[in-house]
Amino acid sequence: MGEVEKLNRLANRLLQMLITLIGVSFLTFCLAYLAPGDPVAMLLESADTIVSEEVLEKTRAELGLDKPFLVQYGNWVVGILHGDMGMSYSAKKPVFEKLSEGFVGTVLLALVTIIFVLIISLPLGIWSAVNQNKWQDYLVRVLSFIGVSMPNFWLGLILLYIFGLKLGWFPIASSTVTLQGIILPAITLAIYQSTKYVRQVRTVILDELHQDYVIGARARGLSESAILWKHILPNAVLPLITLLGMSIGWLLGGVAVIEIVFSWPGIGNMAVRAIMMRDYPLIEGFVLWIAVAYMFINFLVDLSYSYLDPKLRKGI
Amino acid sequence: MEFIKTHKLFSFYTLLVILILFVAIFAPYLAPQDPYESNMRNVLQTPSAEHLLGTDKLGRDTLSRIIAGTQVSLFMTICLVILLAIVGIVVGIASGYFGGKVEMVLMRLADMMLSFPGVVLAIAIAGILGGSIANTIIALLIVGWAKYARLVRSLVIKLRNNDFIIAAQVNGTKTINILRRHILPNVLPMIVITGAMDIGTMMMEIAGLSFLGFGAQPPTPEWGLMLNEGRQYIQTAPWLMIYPGAAIFIVVAIFNLWGDALRDVLDPRQE
Repeated sequence: MGEVEKLNRLANRLLQMLITLIGVSFLTFCLAYLAPGDPVAMLLESADTIVSEEVLEKTRAELGLDKPFLVQYGNWVVGILHGDMGMSYSAKKPVFEKLSEGFVGTVLLALVTIIFVLIISLPLGIWSAVNQNKWQDYLVRVLSFIGVSMPNFWLGLILLYIFGLKLGWFPIASSTVTLQGIILPAITLAIYQSTKYVRQVRTVILDELHQDYVIGARARGLSESAILWKHILPNAVLPLITLLGMSIGWLLGGVAVIEIVFSWPGIGNMAVRAIMMRDYPLIEGFVLWIAVAYMFINFLVDLSYSYLDPKLRKGI
Repeated sequence: MEFIKTHKLFSFYTLLVILILFVAIFAPYLAPQDPYESNMRNVLQTPSAEHLLGTDKLGRDTLSRIIAGTQVSLFMTICLVILLAIVGIVVGIASGYFGGKVEMVLMRLADMMLSFPGVVLAIAIAGILGGSIANTIIALLIVGWAKYARLVRSLVIKLRNNDFIIAAQVNGTKTINILRRHILPNVLPMIVITGAMDIGTMMMEIAGLSFLGFGAQPPTPEWGLMLNEGRQYIQTAPWLMIYPGAAIFIVVAIFNLWGDALRDVLDPRQE
């Protein structure tokens, strides 16, 4: 693969990302425009006052909501390019500031979740692959099936009930970011995500177990654990990184449902409240943030892929 | 009979699915009490002989509401999956068979939807449109069609260059007949498999949206919504959040098992 071709692919990729950003933001903008309910009335009446039509008109003009749809969208895009995402109606703060408030909680939750996912799924996946078609394997498969079929918000509620209410080990609601408060939501998310990982780890390890180099290593008299740790695992890392990238993107999207269950102050929790308040600038900012975060991480994953796999790096 | 013997597992799961369908269809007759009737003297009763799974904040019988919820959840899910399949088939054939600009635009749109976490957008769409059963389905349809369209398109492209299609074209068979007699029957099995395997996931996503308050609205007996209402009584009436969730879990599990088994029956090549 030549340099030109590489650059072409990169350019293509960036173009697709740009199209996605424009498309997704346009779609949310359209929906917000067409949706029933007047955000201005909602905004002013939330302050418990009865407002006259003139005040409504004036506010609409202030917010630029009296302009035609495409002009509104254009203004918004120009604002974004200047680093201005608009003002949140409900919080009366810049959208950017509001998003960054939720950012900390969401990123921390994502990181802790990923750590839990690895702690749960790597040993289980390896254990079930090494004991293929024995009881250990069936046990892990049944567990992962249960995990896939269980609604994660229900699992969250049950964990909350047992460990929060009955045993009192963890707080029932954490309106601020705390170490204690992060454990239960992270475990809930990790259990759900792990089901995918366990299967993936198992498949990858099984594939590798049947490779010639493993037979060769065995013939040379290497111990099974040496084969596993030194030969198989390094080869299993690559497929896992793709999955990991997708999970991080998904987790950064703010796993709204779980954040609501545990009252975790993350970006998803904030988005749900924004939707209820019809705080359109905040919703649009949120959707844009997710699109950017998700695509950026996928992009990084692809880069790491070609870095970690020498075959891809040399372009063979 | 022979089929049942060779596909024991599949037959068993099918039986369970039929049982769920039976509960859904005859829900009004099976429910011991009226799922909508509130009774203020029976508020938040613990499970007892009279109310096997207790009552909620309006004194409504939880068991009856869960049974009625089977109908709501299943109806929404099946509508959604059928719509996904139809949109997928139409878009997939339009772009796979005819190609050209139509294909380019449709597939760019599909890529756009696929390069984005769907659930987030579904929440935004359902929330902005306002919570209702129809809007939930619309939101998940907007978010989910791309996967089906891509699948159909790839199948159609593989088929398009087969001898029997070319022969039909040379013979002067009308395009619509080629699509109907040759393309569609070859695409359908994969779509049925994909749809069947997605039923469980879709059911959970629908319940998730309702749980956030962006799906079915009170007083509809919908499982996700019941969990949302029950959540506020987690301390005093835990049965309100345990049983509707268990209902989702059981039904989703059965549909997942059935979908996997159906794939093995229809498409033995995989796995």
